[in-house]
Amino acid sequence: MIHALALLLTVQLAGVVLTGALGLAVPGPVLGMALLLAALMAVPRLVAVVAPTARVILGHLAILFVPAGVGVVGHIARLGDEALAVGLAIAVSTVLAIVVGALTFVAVARLTDRSDRADRDA
Amino acid sequence: MREFAEIWSYLSDAPLLWLTATLVAYAIGDAAARAARGAALVNPVLVAVALLAGLLWLTDTPYAVYFEGAQFVHFLLGPATVALAVPLYDSLPRLRRALLPVAAALVAGSLTAMASALAVAAWLGAGRETLIALAPKSTTAPVAIGIAEAVGGSPTLTAVLVIATGLFGAVIATPLLNALGLRDWRARGLAVGVAAHGIGTARAMQVNPEAGAFAGLGMALNAVLTAVLAPLALGLALQAGWGGAPAPQAGATAAGMLGPRPSVTSPQGVP
Repeated sequence: MIHALALLLTVQLAGVVLTGALGLAVPGPVLGMALLLAALMAVPRLVAVVAPTARVILGHLAILFVPAGVGVVGHIARLGDEALAVGLAIAVSTVLAIVVGALTFVAVARLTDRSDRADRDA
Repeated sequence: MREFAEIWSYLSDAPLLWLTATLVAYAIGDAAARAARGAALVNPVLVAVALLAGLLWLTDTPYAVYFEGAQFVHFLLGPATVALAVPLYDSLPRLRRALLPVAAALVAGSLTAMASALAVAAWLGAGRETLIALAPKSTTAPVAIGIAEAVGGSPTLTAVLVIATGLFGAVIATPLLNALGLRDWRARGLAVGVAAHGIGTARAMQVNPEAGAFAGLGMALNAVLTAVLAPLALGLALQAGWGGAPAPQAGATAAGMLGPRPSVTSPQGVP
């Protein structure tokens, strides 16, 4: 577990340093995710080191957003008379984005699966 | 009661109290979600946030004091984001076969989130600062804040809208996708990660590991895509006169409006 935490933090640190040094718009931990994925592909032995701890952390991913969520509550009043516009914009756009994203995925997957099958049958 | 007051003043200064409260509130939220067996509004994060916000209000505790304890939980967001590489690695064989659907759903979901949020808010009369904070709201908080700041928006307002979007997406995703009758865990996860970033990913992770892996992928890819698309979408929307700003002169291009930190009360900005 210590090895896994050390690896996760090292990769995060590398991501933070790289994004800072190169002036990238992507946050350090997100670049860290890409770096760890590359490391796992290059050295599959690392999976056994990091996987058990990663699963424990990810199993409780939701709790990590609680402190930020509590901070939001105090700011809702700041929205004032724009609260309705903002609330509706968030609700409508999130519903639409989930529906459009999921339906697009399924539609394109059906097309590519069909061409895969056609390739095999040919 | 003096003893209680003494104990309270001692405890409320130490991180222990609010760290414990955060974990207990989440445990209660988790138990409530299990007891409600998937009722949409009983989301563990939502329940915990409501409990803690009420507790802070009752005890007149400033958020900064709360965060001294909660920061230990908050800190783990970084390593947890890195750890998303593990389910992603496990899903690689299926991801390789789904590259095209992933790319198409990413672009479609990201554009829909941005365009519809800007359109609805502008239609209901939201101002320029609100539109700037809304455009990147579906991406992970640090990226969204960076985008909004670069266009002259408020980082606090952006963070508020990002978290609100994540919570709403996490609550609505499962009933919404069930109503659509979609059973492909890859499609469900990716759409939620693109629309509702980390909080949506956390929810997907609870529902199904493959949905969680694709949600993490959607979140990561949308962080990159939003950094590119949000300033362009905002430039178009503000140029069209959304957000109350008059349409700029012919000479003022989108690039001009997106220079480094333009003043919000610029001559052609909000009156």
